[in-house]
Amino acid sequence: MIYIAMATGFILVLMGLYGALTNSNILRMIVSFTIANTGVNIVLVAVGYMHGRTAPILDKTVSVAEASAKVIDPVPQALVLTAIVIGLGVTTLMLAYAYRLYITKGTLDIAKFTELKW
Amino acid sequence: MIKRLSVSLILASLGLIFVALLLGYSPDEELNVTGRYYAEHTAEDIGAANIVTAIIVTYRGLDTLGEVTVLFLTASIVGLVLARQSKNTPTIQAEPAGELLNIGSRLLVPLILILGAYVFINGHLTPGGGFQGGAIIASATLLMLLTDPMRRFSHRLIAIIESIAGLFFVTIGLLGIFLAGGFLDNRFMPIGEFGSLFSAGAIPIIYSLIGLKVGAEFSSMLVSLSEAEDS
Repeated sequence: MIYIAMATGFILVLMGLYGALTNSNILRMIVSFTIANTGVNIVLVAVGYMHGRTAPILDKTVSVAEASAKVIDPVPQALVLTAIVIGLGVTTLMLAYAYRLYITKGTLDIAKFTELKW
Repeated sequence: MIKRLSVSLILASLGLIFVALLLGYSPDEELNVTGRYYAEHTAEDIGAANIVTAIIVTYRGLDTLGEVTVLFLTASIVGLVLARQSKNTPTIQAEPAGELLNIGSRLLVPLILILGAYVFINGHLTPGGGFQGGAIIASATLLMLLTDPMRRFSHRLIAIIESIAGLFFVTIGLLGIFLAGGFLDNRFMPIGEFGSLFSAGAIPIIYSLIGLKVGAEFSSMLVSLSEAEDS
């Protein structure tokens, strides 16, 4: 189960990077980056998962005394929560810059932006 | 051709690394030292039922402050980049939304807002918290924008909500220095009965403020993007 999740995450990362490297449309690159981002998050959550354990929330079924034997690792979950939010911010920034580039050049084709090429 | 080749080469080597990582991975049988510390000490130290919330708001509270700052920066930069050149550009007259979308959004927006508030107020007890609740609140903004793309939200109101939430967040963090153990320590308020709504010291307040701040920031990004599209 955990290996399926991890493999899915890795495949998503590869798919995202492939899309970002081969597409020349900036919007498609942004979509590819979000796919890669999702893959990384899935891998991170899968690392924290442990078989036969439950979410790190203490309630009637998970008492305080036996918490460390019954819950999965909470640290990757906290990390991924942060990563998702920052990922959304990065996506928004990329979209805003893409819009600005489109206004400036009238195109979203990355090959047309040659100012930094030598 | 060379580009395709180099891309597939890079991806193939990366894929090899991933396969090696996957084959060499064996899941832990028990929690590592950090995880065990958090699992064992959260209940008595912090009083939050949700260990992830305890980590985010208290143990690593400074990181969360930084994260909220990053979001604020993002929202400001998006606003700056998409700022309109001239105020009086002719705007496109959008067709009115259908009856279903209109009535549906009028029904759903308050419910979504209530759900968002519920999620961030109960962040220390249930799965959820400020960031999730804030995102839910922003989805209400998105629904309103979908219904009426020409709708104008008050940037001033969003900025005021955001600044006040941020100010109180930092103030509560500073209160922690003077009344409890350190910056963003939640124990200057009574920890209360474990598992009830008014427990875990200042965590519900801090997470509500984070929820408001994140909701305002996401809404501000959505509004900026929507206004850029109209002009």
